[in-house]
Amino acid sequence: MIETIRGQIPQCLIFKKPFSWCPGCGYGIITRILAEAIDELGIRENTIAVTGIGCFMLIDQFLDVDFFEALHGRSPAAATGLKIVSPDKVVFTFQGDGDCASIGMAEVVHAANRGVPITVFMVNNSLYGMTGGQMGATTLLGEKTTTSPQGRKATLHGLPVRLPEMLQAAEGAVFLARVSVSSPPKVVQAKKSVIRAFECQMGKRGFSYVEFLSPCTTGLKKNAVDSMAWVREEMEEYFPVGVIKPKES
Amino acid sequence: MARKVLMKNNEIIAETAIRYGIRYYFGYPITPQNEITEYMAKRLPEVGGVFFQPESELAGINMAAGCSGAGKLPMLSTSGPGFSLMQEGLSFMSAAELPCIIVDVMRAGPGDGDIAGAQGDYHQVVKCGGHGDYHVIAIAPSSGESIVHDVKRSIELASRYRTPVIMLLDGLLAQMSEPVTLPQPKDITQYEKNWILTGAKGRERRIITSYTANTDEAEALNMRLQRKYRQIQAREQRWQEFETKDAEVILVAFGIVGRIAISAVKKARRDGLKVGLILPSTLWPVSEKAFRSLPSGLRSLLVIEENAGQMVDDISLAVNGAVSVERLTKLGGRVPSESEILKLVKKLHNRSKD
Repeated sequence: MIETIRGQIPQCLIFKKPFSWCPGCGYGIITRILAEAIDELGIRENTIAVTGIGCFMLIDQFLDVDFFEALHGRSPAAATGLKIVSPDKVVFTFQGDGDCASIGMAEVVHAANRGVPITVFMVNNSLYGMTGGQMGATTLLGEKTTTSPQGRKATLHGLPVRLPEMLQAAEGAVFLARVSVSSPPKVVQAKKSVIRAFECQMGKRGFSYVEFLSPCTTGLKKNAVDSMAWVREEMEEYFPVGVIKPKES
Repeated sequence: MARKVLMKNNEIIAETAIRYGIRYYFGYPITPQNEITEYMAKRLPEVGGVFFQPESELAGINMAAGCSGAGKLPMLSTSGPGFSLMQEGLSFMSAAELPCIIVDVMRAGPGDGDIAGAQGDYHQVVKCGGHGDYHVIAIAPSSGESIVHDVKRSIELASRYRTPVIMLLDGLLAQMSEPVTLPQPKDITQYEKNWILTGAKGRERRIITSYTANTDEAEALNMRLQRKYRQIQAREQRWQEFETKDAEVILVAFGIVGRIAISAVKKARRDGLKVGLILPSTLWPVSEKAFRSLPSGLRSLLVIEENAGQMVDDISLAVNGAVSVERLTKLGGRVPSESEILKLVKKLHNRSKD
């Protein structure tokens, strides 16, 4: 059985040790999706990935590509610098919601507006995972975190940020999608969006962005099954899943 | 023989950098350095380079980090408030060992301050305003001619030590026009290619990072950096001396204040006063060696700065009580005049006779 599974491991995945994310975390699924997409497009040797600060940064232990570990929130700027020097490389960022939609919002908005042909992958798990489950830009209304113990209030904290919907207005952003890892069919859809986003970049058409809705079991204080159900029932309710741009009829 | 041209010092910086091979520049508008940004915007496309205007200095330093990681030496220029925003990036680039060149054209602070030139960024550059134990090399030109030399040296040091190098000028010097002989074009920006990111084709993948996963890694990184900094301190101190051999009073000043101090020394010598000058060219490493063998007749040093007294702390440490260290400080963008320096020099000189 193990051998069968090994036979399907994507080449781009480093399979020397178990994933170091918490059991039930969505990052394992997302890492696998990226590895498969990179393999299918044959871009492993031509790719530079940029991470920031958050649980997601551990991905550099598992994807067999060049990595640049940027400062918290600044990966779209670092990726822009890499892309300016190497326009023919595939450059993508891998960020969390705090990294991308809070501290780094200026960088991602300007990258999208410029249409710099990089791809931003943002993992939205509704809170700051690495620092212990604090409220973030995408924490849902009423959601209790360590810094919103009474639940997020719109009057005090504002509404959760729908980042790709905001980025729609930028003409430089050619592909914007939100996907989820909450069920096998959605995982299949997620990979399709990842491939489309990479293809936009490879065709030098402009900025592309895919947001993953993903569970943080530890931050949510739920078990793996319940946190996946929470993504499906609560997150997907507020953050609609699908291709946001180009509009599909 | 190469012809002299008259150019604004900000533009001499930009043109010299281009002639020495800089092709990637990131600049956000801020006075009094705008001539560098505008010159780069016009000239770089003519030579096949890239001028890029980021949305902020914060983005700019991180774009430069990416550019550096891709193997091209980036250049940025800014003034105090923008430099403050770059501090986190400088800590990062120092730790990740990413070379870059940053020009800080100082204006009066603190806060939004005033656009008049000043030297108040000494602390935030030389002491490093970012987090953790790191240093950046800081070089202070004092004339158009020295800018040509110092741009070259900055590029060489950034490449050799894989570290950010800051050129520090006050706004007055940057805005002056001076005659200069520009160098013949020669690309000296190349650095080792065994760590840059190009995609893992036919080689092991590479990771550029400042993150350490455990205490052993963190300690090893810090020890490696400290070894490099000690090497830089041992090898790269530079300063100029004028009339110091028999001096009873030695002035210490950098940048434009150093120029004014040269005039003051000449005038003082004509008046029969034994006055000299030490003009540091590197601010970090601090030119400690210049103060190791001071003349036996020396009674006091006079440190002159366009700030409340920042470099004077480093000079006092270098002298370590051997002679008295006096200060003349000017605030809010005021410039010390030759006559006010001379007045104080005479007082110190007379005191040394007592």
